Parts: sequence; structure tokens; C-alpha cells
Amino acid sequence: MTTVTPEAYEAAFDAAVAADERIEPRDWMPDAYRASLVRQMAQHAHSEIIGMQPEANWITRAPSLRRKAILMAKVQDEAGHGLYLYSAAETLGTSRDELLDKLHTGRQKYSSIFNYPTLTWADVGAIGWLVDGAAITNQVPLCRCSYGPYARAMVRICKEESFHQRQGYELLLALSQGTPEQHAMAQDAVDRWWWPSLMMFGPPDDASAHSAQSMAWKIKRHSNDELRQRFVDICVPQAEALGLALPDPDLRWNEERGHHDFGEIDWSEFQEVLKGNGPCNEQRITQRRRAHEAGAWVREAAAAYAAKNRSAAQHTETGEATA
Amino acid sequence: MTSTSVPAAALALGDDALVLSHRLGEWAGHAPVLEEEVALANIALDLLGQARVLLSLVGDEDELAYLRDEREFRNLQLVEQPNGDFAHTIARQFYFSGYQALLYETLASGDGPFAGLAAKAVKEVAYHRDHAEHWMARLGDGTAESHQRMQRACEALWRFTGEMFQPVEGLGFDLETLEPAWLAYVTGVLKKATLTVPDGPRKGAWSAGAGRQGLHTEPFGRMIAEMQHLRRSHPGASW
Repeated sequence: MTTVTPEAYEAAFDAAVAADERIEPRDWMPDAYRASLVRQMAQHAHSEIIGMQPEANWITRAPSLRRKAILMAKVQDEAGHGLYLYSAAETLGTSRDELLDKLHTGRQKYSSIFNYPTLTWADVGAIGWLVDGAAITNQVPLCRCSYGPYARAMVRICKEESFHQRQGYELLLALSQGTPEQHAMAQDAVDRWWWPSLMMFGPPDDASAHSAQSMAWKIKRHSNDELRQRFVDICVPQAEALGLALPDPDLRWNEERGHHDFGEIDWSEFQEVLKGNGPCNEQRITQRRRAHEAGAWVREAAAAYAAKNRSAAQHTETGEATA
Repeated sequence: MTSTSVPAAALALGDDALVLSHRLGEWAGHAPVLEEEVALANIALDLLGQARVLLSLVGDEDELAYLRDEREFRNLQLVEQPNGDFAHTIARQFYFSGYQALLYETLASGDGPFAGLAAKAVKEVAYHRDHAEHWMARLGDGTAESHQRMQRACEALWRFTGEMFQPVEGLGFDLETLEPAWLAYVTGVLKKATLTVPDGPRKGAWSAGAGRQGLHTEPFGRMIAEMQHLRRSHPGASW
């Protein structure tokens, strides 16, 4: 009987990652890899769930039945994405209940972007275009992430996100080409969402705590700054097509780099939002907790009912076996 | 059936779906469990789809939804009732989807102007009814607290159920004929869920048939104020 040494496990894992093979739930993996994935996937799932709030804020006020249907479908998709991601995270040995508890008690985070308020209908379009656009730029590379269940969840999620992003863009276009008031509403929304969207890529590379390790493990494929640059380059022509300005006086094409230069992000604002001092941090988490607490009796009822029926089924089975 | 009476029926059924869809949309981000975020939004979307088809038979769906006043809406008072707790929402779904299932089955089996629409809606409504029925059982036969909440919700909404069987002009059949089947269905599900059939009146002096005449309960005005505000603030704009 041969014993496999821990070193051999580690070497096999490293070789699999190097060969771009997928790590699956039953495979050995370093504890830190597991912990890092749980952290990232939980944060991702939480972002889908908290991210329902700023948009749901406009469901009851959507200005046409078509837009209302699109928005409801989108918020429904987000709940679905949350479900996929919690399931994917559960393959790493945690549970949805445990992760939700960590969200509710502030031990795990969600994307800082959802701490900004949706003040007008145009914000729904700006979220679709910019926030979903940034999310897609971040997430498409995750479809090739080394952890199989996460990569597969992302394939499905990215398809739906791209659809939402186009709808958001189309919503803004309708406003931009509408009445002067609608155009102003669209511009105001873009003014308020542009910088927070750029912050979605995380801190600059030289200040990113997890980046190097995540890239070595092929959880992450590109650096924060690379993805942010890619996003800016994509958005500039889209903003032109929309007839809306991006609120950055330093934004210009740099022929030499073949990219757009852009202004400095206000990292102090980013830090404040991360610390819980953004405009809606308190409101978002309070609503989440309240929904969970107010629903406790419903979940308890479902569990009690299931237990009763399970034991009833067992009695029936036993009865049949002895009959 | 006269062709001019069809819009009255389409408006009544369309308003029911529109208003209930709106109420369910208010749950987004507040549901007790993630699966219910998905389920309630799903039902809301089905209903909104039905509303759009029905209102389009009458005129422009958005003008009808956003520019009519409270007294011009023809929905049942049942569907405009505020969500309350989860049991309240489930009781409303249970009473209404049980009714809607019978209604659409009847319409789908005929050859009237609603047969095509009803044939599609029957499948959706079967899902809605199934969803409500399961929750009736879980909550009714769950814990002592859930049982009490479910019983209370069923009683609170009972007085709005008679209105469902008031005549609707242009429907092509007498809604009253569905009432025994509905009562039998509701009684069966309540019993299975260990709940008692409410014994109060189903047709109050005020509530009987009132929604169909444009007489609504107080929360409804606030609901449509929120629903219509943006649209009305920008007359003539398109979205």
C-alpha cells in the first residue's frame, strides 16, 4: 500500500492548474485556494442578492409595461444568479445559510457599487449599461477560472448579463433621444454612475491584496487595472453613440498606448464605501436582514412541514415493508 | 356577444392581472427565501404578460395602465389588497389563481375572443395555483405560528372572494357557474392544509362587485399613484 504525501497532492494540483485543467469539488486543493474561492464566490453571490435592491426600487414606478416586464425579469435573473453562485460555493464545503449569515453580520462583503442609490428611472439604464458592463468585463474571464463549478456558473450568468446590459443601453438610448428632460435625466445618471463603475474593478494593481495569488491560481486572469482599461476603451465609443458625455475632463485617446487615458479615481470615496460609509450601505443591509428575519417563520414552517411529511413517508414505507 | 362588450371583459381581466402583478412586484428584494424571489417575480411576469395582451385588445396598454384614474380601473378588490405578510400574499394568490384557473379553462374550451389567450394562460395559471397550494399546505400544516397566520390571512381576504363571480359583460359566459367548483376546490385545499373554511360573508354590502364598477379600497389609490407617477410627470414622452 502506497501513501500519497501532501507534497504529491500539491504537485498534482499545481500541475493541473498549469495545464489549464479544471479543479473539481472532490479534487484535493490547498486550504488557501478553497478559502479564497469561498470568499470571492460568496461576495459574488451576495452582490447579486443585494444588487436586486437598487433596481427593484424602480419596479413599481417603471414608466411602461414593457420596461416593467424587462426590469422584473432582470431582478428575477439576479436572484437566480445568486442561487447558482451559492450552490457553486456550497461545493467547497460551506452552506448558503452560513454564507447569508456572514453577509447579514457584515463578515462578508458585496460589491461596493450597490451602495449607491437609484434616484431616477435613468439610473436603471445606467446600471444596465455601466454596472452590468463592468461586471461582464470582470466576469467573462471567470468563465475560464480554474475552479470548475465557478467557471460553469459564470458561463450561464454572463449570457444573461450581456442581455441585461444591452437592455440597459437601449433604455438609456431611448431617454437620450427623448425629450430634453429625459436626455438630462440620462446624462445625470451617467454622471453619477461612471466613477463608481470604474471602482468595481477594485483597487489599483499595486494595492490589491489578493490579486497576485488569485492570478497564480488562475482564479483571476487579468489584473484590476487591465480590466478597468479594457472597460474604459469599450465605453467611450458607446457613450458617443448614446450622445451622452462621460464625466471625466482627463479622458482622451492616447495614440502611443493605443488606449484611453482617464482621470484619477477618488480612492478615498472607494475606501469609505468599503468601510460601510457609502450612501446606502446601512439601508441595503438593513433591508436584507429585515427580509431574512421577517421570513424566518416561513422557513420554519416549510422545514416543519417537510419533517412531518418525511416521517409520514417513512411510516408508510415501514408499513409496506412489513405488510 | 356584441363586439363592443369585449373591451369591458378584457379590461376587467386585464386589470386583475395588471394590479396583482404590480403587488407581487413589490416583493422583489423582500421575499423570505431566494427561491421565492424567483417564484413571485415569475408569477408577476406571467400576469403582466396576460395584462398586456388583454389591455391591448382594448387600446394602448400604456395609456390604459398609466393614464386612467382609480375610478376607471375594473379590477377585483381582492387583487389590489396590500401584500401584508407572506401568508396574506399566499392567501390572495390561492383565492385568485384558483378562480383564474377555472376561468381560463372555461374560456380556453370555448371559441370566444379570449380562447387563444386563455389557452396560453391556462398553463401559467396552473403553475401559479400549484405554487399557492403548496404554500397553503406548508404554512397551514407547518408550525403553530404559520398555521395561525395562514388562517388569519384566509379569513381577512374571504370577504373579497364573492366579487369574483359577479357578471362581467362580454365574457361570453356566466361567472356564477364557476362558483361551486371554486368553493369545492378552496374547501379541499384548506382542509388538507388543516385550516378552517372562513365562515364570514363573501359578499359585503360594499365589496360585492364594487371593483368591477370602479369602486376600490383605499390602498389602491396609493398603489396607482406610485405606478403612474413617472409616466404622468412626462406627458407625451416615450420610454
